Amino acid sequence: MKGKTFMMFVAPSLLMMLLFIAIPLGLVLNQSFHETKAVVERVTTENCTPGFIAPTCTTETRTIPKLGADGKPVTVTDFVGFDVYRRVLDLDAVARALSPGGGGIADILQIDYWKALRFTLSFTFITLPLVVGLGLLIALAVNAIPRMLRGPAIFVTLLPFIVTPVIGALAIRWLFLGDGILTRAIEWVLQQDISMFAQGWTIEIMMLIYKVWHVAPFAFVVFYAALQTVDQDTLESAIVDGASRFDRLRYVVIPHLAPLIVFVSLIHLMDSYRVFDEIIGFASQAHVISLQYLTFSFLTPDETGNRAVARAAASSMLTMIGIVILLIPLLVRTWRMHRESRR
Amino acid sequence: MTMPGSRTMERPILLKLASNGFLVLWLIAAVFPLVWIALMSIRAPVEALSANPLDVLFGKTTFEHYYAVWVTHEFWRNFLNSMLVTAGVVSVSLTVGTLAGFGLARFGGALAVWLLIIALIFRALPHSVLVTGYLPPFLSSRELLAPLWESHWSGWFFQLLSPAPPTLYGQPWAIILVLVAINQPFTIWMMRSFFQNIPSELDEAARVDGCTHFGAFWRVIMPVMWPGVITTGLFSFLLAYNDYLVTALLLDTQSQTMVPGISQFLNRDTRASDQLEAIAAAVSITAPLFVLVLAFQRQIVAGLTAGAVKG
Repeated sequence: MKGKTFMMFVAPSLLMMLLFIAIPLGLVLNQSFHETKAVVERVTTENCTPGFIAPTCTTETRTIPKLGADGKPVTVTDFVGFDVYRRVLDLDAVARALSPGGGGIADILQIDYWKALRFTLSFTFITLPLVVGLGLLIALAVNAIPRMLRGPAIFVTLLPFIVTPVIGALAIRWLFLGDGILTRAIEWVLQQDISMFAQGWTIEIMMLIYKVWHVAPFAFVVFYAALQTVDQDTLESAIVDGASRFDRLRYVVIPHLAPLIVFVSLIHLMDSYRVFDEIIGFASQAHVISLQYLTFSFLTPDETGNRAVARAAASSMLTMIGIVILLIPLLVRTWRMHRESRR
Repeated sequence: MTMPGSRTMERPILLKLASNGFLVLWLIAAVFPLVWIALMSIRAPVEALSANPLDVLFGKTTFEHYYAVWVTHEFWRNFLNSMLVTAGVVSVSLTVGTLAGFGLARFGGALAVWLLIIALIFRALPHSVLVTGYLPPFLSSRELLAPLWESHWSGWFFQLLSPAPPTLYGQPWAIILVLVAINQPFTIWMMRSFFQNIPSELDEAARVDGCTHFGAFWRVIMPVMWPGVITTGLFSFLLAYNDYLVTALLLDTQSQTMVPGISQFLNRDTRASDQLEAIAAAVSITAPLFVLVLAFQRQIVAGLTAGAVKG
C-alpha cells in the first residue's frame, strides 16, 4: 500500500484524534498557564446622616466587580506562568511541612493533590498483584474442570467485568451500607458494631475489593486463552524428568504466560491510574480522592456557578505527566518489538 | 525413578477439592453482589433493608421501585439518551476505525508505527484531561463558531445545518464525537490486529484483478471482517454505555444519559425508598449488559484476548 492510499484510509480517524484529543491537549496546556479573573474596582462612598453640629459621615471602600457595557462582569485573562501549578501542588505548605517544626509526610497528605496522588498510586500498585494472582488462580481452576462446565463458569466470571463501573461499585457499597448484609456478617464474626463508611481506610479496603472483583475476570480470560496453547510435549517431558506439579507450573506454565502477565499488568496500570468511578460509587470524596476526581471537582461548578478551569488544567497536566512516566517502559518495548518484527 | 503414567497427570484428590472449592467461592463472589441488589430491588423497603437476610430472599415481590424510577422520575428519558449516544458512538467509531485499522494493517511504513505509538499514549490519557480541554470551548462555542456562520463563503453551508451556531454543551451528538475520538486509539489497535489475521493475499488477488484499494476493501475484505467488527463494536458499546465522567460534565439534565442520571437518586438518600429507587435504577442499567454477555460471550472473550496475542 502506498503512502497516499494509506493516508486516505486513516484520514478520518486521524482527523478525529487531532480535533478531539491533540487540540484539546494543547488547549489544556495553554489554560494551565493562564488565569481568568473578574475585574474588580474599589469604590469609595461617603454616607452622611444628619446630626447635631455636623452631620455624621462614614466613608467605606468596597471592592465590587466591574460591569461592562452589556451588564456582565468584565473578565481578564493573564499569563501567570507556573503560579497555578504552584497552587495546586501547594508547595508553600509542602515546604512548611518539611521544615523542622512541620508535621512531615502526614501534613503533606492533607493537601488535596498529594492526597489524591497517594491514593491513586497505592490503589494501582496494591491491586496489580492481586488482579494478576486471582486471574491466574481462576484460570487454572477453570482449566481443570470438565469442558461442559467451562462455558457457564466463563459466563459468570465475565459478569463483574462487564458491569458499569459506577454500578458495580454501588452494588458492593450497598452490601455494606447501613445494615447491609456484609456489614452484619463482619459484625457477627467480630461481635462488635462497626461502621464501614466512618473512616477512610475501611472505604479504601472496599474500593480495593471492588477493583479486584471488577478486573480479575479480564486477567482470567487472557490467561485462560493462553493456557490452551501450553505445549503439551514440554509438559510431558517435564513429567518424565520427574518434575512435580508445582515445578511444572513454575518452569513451564508461568514462563509461557510471562508476556501476557506483562500485558495484563500494563493495561491494568493505565486503567487503574484513571481511578474515578470508584470514588463516585463509594461516595468517598470526604475521605479519599483520586487524581481524576480532583480534576473533576475543579470542573464542577461551585455555588456561584464558577468552574476552576485553570486549576483543573494544571492538575490535568500533572496527571498526564504521571501516566507518561509510568508508561515509558511500555513504549520503549513496543518500539523495539516493531523494529525487530520488520527485520 | 518413578514411572510416568496417567496417574501423574491426574490431580491428587486434595488439590482437586481445593481447586474446585476455590472456583465455587469465586463464582459466588462474582455473582452475589448483582443477584443481591436485584433481589433488594423487588422487595418493599421494610423487607429489603431488614436486618434478616431471609426477608430479602423470600419477601413479597413488588415492582413499586421500578415504577417510581421509570414512570414517576421519567428514567426512560435517560434511557433514550443513553441509546442515542451509544448507537451513535458504535456506528461512527466502527466506520472510522475499520478504515484506519485496515490501512494500518496493510501499510508497512514507519509512519504507521508512529501512529500506533501515539494512539497508545492517547489510549492511556485520563479522560478528565480531555474534558478539561473541551469544557471552555463547549460552553462558549456559540461565539467561537460565529465567524463560520457569518463569513460569506462558508456561511450559507453552516446556515443550512442550523440557523445559528450551536452551543455544544449539552448536545448528545457532540458527546458522540467526543466519545468516538476517545475510543479511536483502542478501536484502531483492535481492528488492525483483526485485519492482520486476514491474509493480505486475499486483497492483493483482488487488486491484480483490477480493483482499487478501496474496491478490494469493499468487495473482498468486508464480507470476512464481521467477527472483528462485532467484537470491536461491543467494546465501543461498553465504553459509551458505561461512561460517567464525560457525560456528567458535558451534558445537562435534559440530555443526561443513564449512568450519570443515577446520581439524582443517590443524592437524596433521605427516605428508605430513595435508596431502593437507586438500586432499581442500577439494576435497570445492568440488565442490558447481562443480555449482552449472554448473546456475545464468545466475541467478548475473543476481543479481550486479541490485543494480548498481538501485544
